[in-house]
Amino acid sequence: MALLQIAEPGQSAAPHAHRLAAGIDLGTTNSLVASVRSGRAETLPDETGAHLLPSVVRYMRDGVVVGEAARKAAASDPLNTLSSVKRLIGRGVADVKRIGSELPYEFVTVDSTVPRVRTIAGDVTAIEVSAEILKILGERARHTLGGELSGVVITVPAYFDDAQRQATKDAARLAGLHVYRLLNEPTAAAVAYGLDRGADGVHAIYDLGGGTFDVSILRLQGGVFEVMATGGDTALGGDDFDAAVAIWLLQQAGASATTDRGVMRHALDVARAAKEALANAETTPIALGLPAGGWRTELSRAQLAALIEPLVRKTISTCRRVLRDAGVTADEIEDVVMVGGSTRTLRVRELVGEFFGREPLVDIDPDRVVAIGAAIQADVLAGNKPDDEMLLLDVNPLSLGIETMGGLTEKIIPRNTTIPVARAQEFTTFKDGQTAMAIHVVQGERELVSDCRSLARFELREIPPMVAGAARIRVTFAVDADGLLQVEAREQATGVSASVEVKPSYGLTDDEITGMLQASIDHAHDDIQLRRLVEEQVEARRVIEALAAALASDGDALLTPEERTAIDAAMERLRLVVGDSREPAAIEAAIKQLENDCEFYVERRMNSNIRKAMAGHRVDEFSEEDGRGAE
Amino acid sequence: MFDFSKNYFELFGLPVGFRLDTAQLAARYRELQKVVHPDRFAAADAGSQRLSLQGATLVNEAFATLKDPLKRAQYLLALRGVEQDPQKSTLNDPAFLMQQMELREALAAVSSAQDPRARLDALLDEIGGMIKHQLARLAVQLEDGGADQLAAAAETIQKMQFLNKLHAQAEAIEADLEEAI
Repeated sequence: MALLQIAEPGQSAAPHAHRLAAGIDLGTTNSLVASVRSGRAETLPDETGAHLLPSVVRYMRDGVVVGEAARKAAASDPLNTLSSVKRLIGRGVADVKRIGSELPYEFVTVDSTVPRVRTIAGDVTAIEVSAEILKILGERARHTLGGELSGVVITVPAYFDDAQRQATKDAARLAGLHVYRLLNEPTAAAVAYGLDRGADGVHAIYDLGGGTFDVSILRLQGGVFEVMATGGDTALGGDDFDAAVAIWLLQQAGASATTDRGVMRHALDVARAAKEALANAETTPIALGLPAGGWRTELSRAQLAALIEPLVRKTISTCRRVLRDAGVTADEIEDVVMVGGSTRTLRVRELVGEFFGREPLVDIDPDRVVAIGAAIQADVLAGNKPDDEMLLLDVNPLSLGIETMGGLTEKIIPRNTTIPVARAQEFTTFKDGQTAMAIHVVQGERELVSDCRSLARFELREIPPMVAGAARIRVTFAVDADGLLQVEAREQATGVSASVEVKPSYGLTDDEITGMLQASIDHAHDDIQLRRLVEEQVEARRVIEALAAALASDGDALLTPEERTAIDAAMERLRLVVGDSREPAAIEAAIKQLENDCEFYVERRMNSNIRKAMAGHRVDEFSEEDGRGAE
Repeated sequence: MFDFSKNYFELFGLPVGFRLDTAQLAARYRELQKVVHPDRFAAADAGSQRLSLQGATLVNEAFATLKDPLKRAQYLLALRGVEQDPQKSTLNDPAFLMQQMELREALAAVSSAQDPRARLDALLDEIGGMIKHQLARLAVQLEDGGADQLAAAAETIQKMQFLNKLHAQAEAIEADLEEAI
């Protein structure tokens, strides 16, 4: 296994040492990895020169095949060849029943909340399938860039809910990748087009991929992106175009659409090829191989347009809704960025152009644009561009709420709130002496809990027994910069923190992930102990490097000589432990210790930076503007 | 800990008051986020990351509060020690309450109107106008700052809450109408 390339501690605690970072577009149909090399962001090809990795995983008795080879085997081995799993990731058994009827897999429901697909190599979750894809891309990046990755940015549809984001992050963890940030796909596309370097304005990102549709309204102001509104449909895309065409073809050929999984699979392949051909031709020949014999016809652009028209119209009506959410009109949109392979279909470009009243941007390959943007962001987050002003601000795409009496939702954090965000809610007990309560967290815009997505159930325990209504339990819902939810609870009167037990409705528990991690490592020849050791060493060096860089920039200004000596000594202790110990736990403890010792300094820095940012802005500077009035 | 002792106005380096320059506020917000946002600490140690998360969360909350006139007014009243507990105080303005009931009934009847869209637009305009009117009163009351005026401001805030709720209902009906098209 490749080890991190890091200078000897102390030798070059270079504040801006170049870190290897990559952006990954984990797509429904295809996935890509990109990186910034010599100042240019580009997608990385495999050894055959292919940039796109089909998001298809084939399970076989003696191993796993990912990509083109798996895709080719889909028709002959439909049950063990999994594609479009992005539609399933972070979803529950009920969702899968709805979506799954269109997917040719055999689902098994066991006691876990996560649906599994039965394959010849055992039952697998969408998280594990996604991890297989991520492993290939991570390996491709390591191989091409020549070293261990410091971190990656993985893109997700802006519409993804908490469970889907968490599941994506879990997949990365299984694949052994450190995730700097989950980035919304539309934001990545805007970054790829350099809209963040341009003039202030409002932009629309129209992303029609294989399996998902997203439209986002981004506002750029003073070099900062804000997502004003997002909307979409996690189950609408080019796959549906293919399905519409395939069903129509089968009907024309007089075959029933549901006859046989292999036939449907074949018809879908033929439909996709025809759709792609029609991007450059007026008509295309069709040859369908059916059990009853071959069948031939011709498909025209006009016929394709008619077949997909209702689906494209559906996306336009979402565009209208999202514009309203953002509080802007179509003519206020500066640029319309086209993302996703399905935007190559001419009818899509026409209808989008018509709706926004301008030619959409199509210069960058719509399949690669998201990965390219992710790579640029990864480069910034790795700290390779310390003077870069780029900062992306994001929103939570769906309202977070809790279930109240009568199955109604109470919104705690409304959608389109800028993240990170934390909101607190107080609860009280219903009965005398009550020591536990259950809270159900949901995500969605509807009033009825049953119409929203169930995210998790929390149980607050160890509430001090009191008379009914006396306990005041403050529950804080915090959404981090990745859009992931965390919950904390505290009884106000006594200060006792109630323990929160999270049962993700559609996610894997930590234990399940650890189990999978262990299984995957046992599978390979890697030694789990060695891997943990390397991880802790890397983490320790990262901490030392960050601290040294901080000390170099403002250590003398913010610390007394005594404090400085103490921190230097603490840093030295960690260095010694890293050098000597083969015990991951010992290194982990030493890192914690150093972090504790430096906590006051880290805080001092943050406050000092804020003061610096606000320096020169004195209150009296604005008194003359007071008369301007409120909005 | 992150410096939580400052009030939101101080955090943004702005004078404490209801009237504020929203462009200035937005500019300050970005300057602050450029310093505290977790993206600035993606490759940093865990301690800095935690602190940055707290800082960015506080800055977002402060911005959301100051940006929205209603929340800003509530925050100002809280700073000035005026209690606002909707459970304890009831609105004593029969004319206003009557008007609310009428508007609610009018909204319920939109779908059966001859031209639902036009009827809804008229109602949205009417409610929007009333919100603007209350906002102007609020500005005067808070600017005055006397105890009577602050108490009156608390009542105006309650009225605005009623109106905002109505406006949200009207928007929900609008969304349903669009859906039906």
